[in-house]
Amino acid sequence: MAVNTKPKLVDDAALSVRGLTVDLPKGMERAHAVENISFDLKRGQILCIIGESGSGKSVTANTIMGLLPKVIRVSSGSIHLDGTAIIGASPKKLRDMRGRVVSMIFQDPLSALNPLMTVGEQITEAMAAHGVGTKASRRSRAVELLTEVGLPDPELMYFQYPFRLSGGQRQRVMIAMALTLEPSVLIADEPTTALDVTTQAQILELIRDIQRRKGMSVMFITHDFGVVAEIADSVVVMEKGRIVEQGSAEQVLKSPTHAYTKRLIAAVPRLTGEDRIPQDTVSKATILKVEGLAKTYRSGSALFGSQRVVPAVNDVSFDLAHGRTLGVVGESGSGKSSLGRLLIKLQDSDGGRILFEGNDIAKLSESEFRPLRPRIQMIFQDPFASLNPRSTIGQILTVGPVAHGMSYSQAREEARALLSHVGLDAGAFGRYPHEFSGGQRQRIGIARALMFKPTLLVADEAVSALDVSIQAQILELLDKIQRETGVSMIFITHDLRVASQICDEIAVMQKGRIVEHGPPSQIFLDPQSAYTRELVAAIPGERPRSTRPIAANV
Amino acid sequence: MRGFLLNRLSQSLVLLLIVSVIGFVVLNLIPGGPLAQFGLDPSMTQDDLDRLKEQLGLNRPLWMQYLDWAWRLVQGDWGHSFRDGAPVLDVIGRHIFATLLLMGSSTIIAIAVGTWIGIRGATHRYSVFDYLGTVGAMVALSIPTFWFGLIGIYVFSLQLGWLPAGNMYTIGDGSALNYMHHLILPSIVLALVHVAIWSRYMRSATLDVISQEFVKTARAKGLSERRILMKHVVGNALLPMITLAGVQLPSVLTGALVTETVFTWPGMGRLFLDSLGYSDYPVVMGLLMFSAILVILGNLIADIAVAVIDPRIRLS
Repeated sequence: MAVNTKPKLVDDAALSVRGLTVDLPKGMERAHAVENISFDLKRGQILCIIGESGSGKSVTANTIMGLLPKVIRVSSGSIHLDGTAIIGASPKKLRDMRGRVVSMIFQDPLSALNPLMTVGEQITEAMAAHGVGTKASRRSRAVELLTEVGLPDPELMYFQYPFRLSGGQRQRVMIAMALTLEPSVLIADEPTTALDVTTQAQILELIRDIQRRKGMSVMFITHDFGVVAEIADSVVVMEKGRIVEQGSAEQVLKSPTHAYTKRLIAAVPRLTGEDRIPQDTVSKATILKVEGLAKTYRSGSALFGSQRVVPAVNDVSFDLAHGRTLGVVGESGSGKSSLGRLLIKLQDSDGGRILFEGNDIAKLSESEFRPLRPRIQMIFQDPFASLNPRSTIGQILTVGPVAHGMSYSQAREEARALLSHVGLDAGAFGRYPHEFSGGQRQRIGIARALMFKPTLLVADEAVSALDVSIQAQILELLDKIQRETGVSMIFITHDLRVASQICDEIAVMQKGRIVEHGPPSQIFLDPQSAYTRELVAAIPGERPRSTRPIAANV
Repeated sequence: MRGFLLNRLSQSLVLLLIVSVIGFVVLNLIPGGPLAQFGLDPSMTQDDLDRLKEQLGLNRPLWMQYLDWAWRLVQGDWGHSFRDGAPVLDVIGRHIFATLLLMGSSTIIAIAVGTWIGIRGATHRYSVFDYLGTVGAMVALSIPTFWFGLIGIYVFSLQLGWLPAGNMYTIGDGSALNYMHHLILPSIVLALVHVAIWSRYMRSATLDVISQEFVKTARAKGLSERRILMKHVVGNALLPMITLAGVQLPSVLTGALVTETVFTWPGMGRLFLDSLGYSDYPVVMGLLMFSAILVILGNLIADIAVAVIDPRIRLS
């Protein structure tokens, strides 16, 4: 987009950003959060701003809202919202515009709602803040909004507290809140990232639907090109605070010009629908056989009769062969993580058998299982929380094997070799976790697991916290390791696209049960169960746009 | 909710049992005992002592004394003072008002002032006010209550002559105003350390809430800073403070006992010291049980209050 088309833009653009530079406080890794960015959000359109973490996309949104923290300052440029200049406007003016001219919805709808206030109060206070309506009219407007965003029982919903609602319902409440005063611009900051894939599809549809009906302009921030393909009219691609490419969605997705955009699009995990080519070097023997595994959670007190019983894992059976990867996919609450914890015996099962290399480990006590523990290792989701910040990488890697009887000098040798094997230099040995990026830490986590020379790896959402480009690298690394060591893997994920990249077989879980089990080609191209079909259909950006009916309840 | 209450009540009873056993045993381990004071009296013969022992039931084994005492306690008979034979409950009752008055007023001061300093410190973080609040809290925490009391008496009573140096009221003047005049200095002295604790906790609780997403949501809705603070921040920040108030109760109680001694305040603190001096075991045990019940009750009320205020607990 040419920057020299200046004055006339104000009319057909609901939001216009020109030459915006926002400074970061001194001592940060770069001087500017965003640097000389210009773009327009045309009336009645959806503009997606896409970038990885640290690209400056959220700072841009907060600048437009006038919600930047005090230490971050705008140093130059202009922002016009509905023709009104934002930069340099008084705090009073900005406050008046927030909620009325521009609204915002956030990533995590649970923390974005006040836990102590009812849904209704939180909606009506937006009207009260701008002196709109009477108490009664505000109330009926709130109920109207709750109906509009497809929430069941709006009259009842009005008096609900946020903790009672599901993630999708909370995000609908957030949307209702943002729509209260019919703003001309809606800023959505990763509004579906924290949601399950089927819920995400419904919320995207809702935003699209409302935007069309009201002729609203939406600035949609995301890191997911699948979401872009789903809803964007035009796209802005950001990298390290700069706009590297912008244009219509069609143009950017089909024929990206900038190398970064190309890389980003290439890194997006695609549904291959093809099966992995099995390794013929490895024996086909079964390493893990699970039969009728069950785990039920009980909360509350049985004594006083207020007990809640949740069957987290219910009659789960599967086989896993040497050197193969089984994907366990499902939405939150499906029991996939509980299954992972049962398999590595972080938790005891209530029933069923886990035959690991022929022995039932389900019934072993902690001390009986201990000698086997090195053989089954886990890779965790959060590469920040799963490494002890006070230990060096060397300590993290060697402490386990040494505890299991390896000599320290040997452990050190192997740790150094493994670090270079997972793509880190040997100097990492003496350094601390905070000196590494998320992707590097996940490599360390993988090296830690491999120190024990395990025969089974359980990876629980191992790439979910990573940017797509890093995600692709880690998946590649896991694939390489499997081909070299012949380790078997259980890969737990909520992301079907990721599962399709790395798994030989996929088990789809719902409410604690495996509802479908088969090779990727079956799961993605010819799903047998209704739930699998629903899951596959909800994957963003995999088919041409369709108009899905909006579900009344999420 | 009913299950929760039953659960907490049964826990409280077990706690009271443990407190009473430990208290009873430790008290009787103290050398001397209630009759030691008569040992110096030449007119008391060994027969007299034995008869007294027999009368007071002190010749029985300890466990029997305990069971007898506990059984009467359960029935509402807290025993009689060794000193003047008055029922223990009456003795405590004569002193309870003064102590509760002192604790209550100083708690109100501590919560009001501490909350204000904490919130202002958080919203004006790293300002001069915040800095002074931090330093002030450190000073108040590191200096003992009795020292503040003595300095207070020296400055405000002896030098300036504004406030009375002790007692709860002027004899012959029972007006509320007179009570309040006497109350000012001791309740402020007792409040100081709790203002410090309260303001520190309130400051960090407020900072926690301020950085929450829903505060940003409130800003995005165009709410005024004042409304955001009052409606969204303070309510959420006060929630953990209620539990803190319950936990702080024992320290207010012990602080009150010290303050009472400094200001010759006719409360339970003075009674406790006097009774210990006379080895008046029934009164000491009574006071011990009474404070234990007070503390347990305070914590129970705090827990219930949190459960009532927080919909996440109330409705699940």
